[in-house]
Amino acid sequence: MTPDAPLKLDNRTLFIGFFKIGIVGFGGVLAIARRAMVEQWHWLTQAEFNDLFSLCQFMPGANITNLAFAFGARQGGLRGAACAVVGLLTAPIVIVLSMGALFARFATVPAVGHTVGGMAAAAAGLVAATAFKIAQPGLATLRPAFVTALAFALVILLHVPLIWVLALMLPLSIVLAWRV
Amino acid sequence: MSPLLQVTILFGKLSLLAVGGVNATLPAVAREVVEQRHWMTAHQFSQLFAIAQAVPGPNMLVVALIGQREAGLAGGLIATAATVLPAGVLVLLVSHFWHRFQGARWRQIIQRAMLPISGGLMLSAAYVLVRAADNWWLMASLTATSAFLCLRTSIHPLWLLVAGALAGYLFN
Repeated sequence: MTPDAPLKLDNRTLFIGFFKIGIVGFGGVLAIARRAMVEQWHWLTQAEFNDLFSLCQFMPGANITNLAFAFGARQGGLRGAACAVVGLLTAPIVIVLSMGALFARFATVPAVGHTVGGMAAAAAGLVAATAFKIAQPGLATLRPAFVTALAFALVILLHVPLIWVLALMLPLSIVLAWRV
Repeated sequence: MSPLLQVTILFGKLSLLAVGGVNATLPAVAREVVEQRHWMTAHQFSQLFAIAQAVPGPNMLVVALIGQREAGLAGGLIATAATVLPAGVLVLLVSHFWHRFQGARWRQIIQRAMLPISGGLMLSAAYVLVRAADNWWLMASLTATSAFLCLRTSIHPLWLLVAGALAGYLFN
């Protein structure tokens, strides 16, 4: 096999690969996807992964499902994309909906409510930490900090619908980023 | 309108607005399902979010739990499809010429412009979840502890969820 030969994964490989990524991905599927796709399976180089990931981060939607769509399509067109996404989501959906059904059945049991309540408090802390990590680099300079604060204020204080927040903030932020 | 259709429309319209990830839309989801439609309380919303965090797979699967609660198994599947598909189709369309503009100045500017917006939206999501989950001081201290440990140590997030669940069970 020459290193330059373009990789062509069949749909079955895509499904199984993303199935594995989905089922081990606790609280951070992306890190696992990167390690598996780049380091273990050599599906793409780190640079290729970064370029693909920048697209998935840039576009709306869940980064990891976007990644499955984009990578799957490059390998096997629409069928490849479908195999990758369905592979990624099948196991997690079965598990999460089973948990959801159990919770719906036992949510009124006080001990269950308290347990999941404690978990929710910890989960909120995790999201706060992640949000802080994402927002922090921008908070050091005036313009990004202003954009971050304004987006937060529009959503939380003024209850502006998300679509209007984006319609206002995207052009504003682009103009500010342009003039750096 | 049937619950299934409501779930489809709700998550379908948010799919393309999920700038910086699905979590960025959580305040909008909470506003619709808690305040406007009264499908659940804020506290129940935060509980569903926690369940989605605690199972393997993308965190966005909280949408499946919301859909399931309102419209059963089909609701869970439809909510996931409605969240994933519109954004996925857009990615397919853009992915063709994304690579071509790798070094383009406009691409860098737009990427740079989106980051602080994502930051603001994620902070909003955190605010909504913290408000919903922390109904008394012990819960607030659990939130603060898990945020602190997540930022300052490399402890796996799953252990923080387990610790939160234990604390909630033992000290209610």
